[in-house]
Amino acid sequence: MQPKTIVEKIWEKHVIHQETDKPDLLYIDLHLVHEVTSPQAFEGLRMKNRRVRRPDKTFATMDHNVPTIARHFISDPVSRKQMETLYDNCQEFGVELADINHPDQGIVHVIGPELGLTQPGKTIVCGDSHTSTHGAFGALAFGIGTSEVEHVLATQSIWQAKPKTMNVKVNGRLSPSVTAKDLILAIIGKFGVRFGTGHVIEYTGEAVRALSMEERMTICNMSIEAGARAGLISPDDTTVDYLRGRRNVPEGDAFEEAAAEWKALATDEGASYDAVVEINADEVEPQVTWGINPGMCLPVSGSVPHPEAAESPADREEIERALTYMGLEAGQPISSVPIQHVFIGSCTNSRLSDLRRASEVIQGRKVHPDVRALVVPGSQTVKQAAEAEGIDKVFIEAGFEWREAGCSMCLAMNDDVVPSGERCASTSNRNFEGRQGNGARTHLVAPEMAAAAAIEGRFVDVRSYFTSPV
Amino acid sequence: MEPIRKHEGVVYPLNRSNIDTDQIIPKQFLKRIERQGFGQFLFYNWRFDDDDQPRMDFSLNQDRFKDATILVAGENFGCGSSREHAPWALQDYGFIVIIAPSFADIFYSNCSKNGILPIQLTEAEVQQLIQKAETPGYSLTADLENQKVTDSEGFEASFTITPYMREMLLNGWDEISVTLTLEDKISTYEASRG
Repeated sequence: MQPKTIVEKIWEKHVIHQETDKPDLLYIDLHLVHEVTSPQAFEGLRMKNRRVRRPDKTFATMDHNVPTIARHFISDPVSRKQMETLYDNCQEFGVELADINHPDQGIVHVIGPELGLTQPGKTIVCGDSHTSTHGAFGALAFGIGTSEVEHVLATQSIWQAKPKTMNVKVNGRLSPSVTAKDLILAIIGKFGVRFGTGHVIEYTGEAVRALSMEERMTICNMSIEAGARAGLISPDDTTVDYLRGRRNVPEGDAFEEAAAEWKALATDEGASYDAVVEINADEVEPQVTWGINPGMCLPVSGSVPHPEAAESPADREEIERALTYMGLEAGQPISSVPIQHVFIGSCTNSRLSDLRRASEVIQGRKVHPDVRALVVPGSQTVKQAAEAEGIDKVFIEAGFEWREAGCSMCLAMNDDVVPSGERCASTSNRNFEGRQGNGARTHLVAPEMAAAAAIEGRFVDVRSYFTSPV
Repeated sequence: MEPIRKHEGVVYPLNRSNIDTDQIIPKQFLKRIERQGFGQFLFYNWRFDDDDQPRMDFSLNQDRFKDATILVAGENFGCGSSREHAPWALQDYGFIVIIAPSFADIFYSNCSKNGILPIQLTEAEVQQLIQKAETPGYSLTADLENQKVTDSEGFEASFTITPYMREMLLNGWDEISVTLTLEDKISTYEASRG
């Protein structure tokens, strides 16, 4: 039999209808919904008198817009209206909702895996580009627009042209205290913000196999930052161990059967991809972005680039624009840049292991007097688990604010905003202009690096925290 | 959605690559639950200063582009967030055709669901159009039926588009209605999976 990639295997199992000159009609196993990209879709159903075809395959939460403090009353009337609209829509159409007061509430890409809704081999969509996160489980998961949200609600299917596949092969092993976040930033830094366009990325290689599920989610999360609508990792024992015992997964013998099926989805030896790129994990250092897209990143030991070094006039202009927006000078060491804000959170880095590792850096230290630092757990479940371990106390005693779950300062739709002209070391995924607030300057880093930046008030190589005495 | 066959209009050049959807429609405007009315917020942080006054150095605010309906931009247009508010804002502002050397996947697909025609031309062709569009009133004709872009000075470029997307845009079809004609196949599929 012809060896196949995991993408081909999942695709073949989900095609409902095929004809010449058309994309395939693909069945969707799980549709995740949140308050920002769904109201117009539900309204569309209502106008045409349509129903949600499979409420049992649809799950909603509130994350983008929710306040992370004082949640008993949402003071912004427009935000409140959007949340109430989701509540009403879920009631009307029979969709299960983890609303702002629900113990399962959290960032949609954190709670899907937590609740065991995310499983290998599933097709998963959500009106959010970071849906690629769920690919960590060997699911085919991608972001869709609101018209497609409406389409999936009405038909439980989507028209999709079969994507090209790309193998991002990560050789060797990451050095101690170099994280999944550093690896994905280094990949995007090396190959650019559009190398994945039109492809589904599969991450392979020794370094990827060695990652925990939470680290794999960090990698797959940022596939979209490389232009790829989806990124995934073939399931293995790590995947199965994570899922065992979770709500919504089979139990007992049925679980063992499912586990065998999941592992059989892994890409076959000798399967071919449309493209292959390689990177050596052992060369990756802790990364810091300096510019206005995630490809503009540097090792923490590096310096901001010179526009003259650009390969084309367009690139040169982009570097110049980034330097102006970021208030940086060409050639400036990135470690010399003072920061005023630290944000630990987002669907990239807000899980328990992220908070644990950051708290190890913080332990017994104080946040720099010029820095305001925020920790926003990815879900209420993460928050509870962290509190049970005393992680909240470590952060609070150091001077961090400890908040309720949500997207928060990653996109600053709520009150968690970075003021114009100020800098934030952020564990999120996008350093676009104005992302964390109009005029705000974002530097993307790993949780450990953000924690060290909070203490020092500037970027330092966090590895020095683990090798030298306090 | 409105069908689109052939469109002639004034060109607005925005010579930047990697224009992300956070720039096209900043997040503070995503709280609305309507589909209409996003045009006023298009490129908001580029068009307006901190006091919400128009920045006259941003060319879209200049009189010569006030009737523009064709946007020409650099590579990877529409990258980032999946927010369909981006094509809604472009369309509500008046843009019907967007030309770039490449588009982000989700944005490209979102355009086609809203009757916006995204046209991929070569980098050289796009640069040529960006130069030409500096002349006030410069206009182009985008012909979806024949898959060509032309101007009155002899510029001509052809473009590719999938037959499915071409058909959807030419007819202005509601995709859900099309899919629901296959409802029995969806049910059969569901039954086969148990």
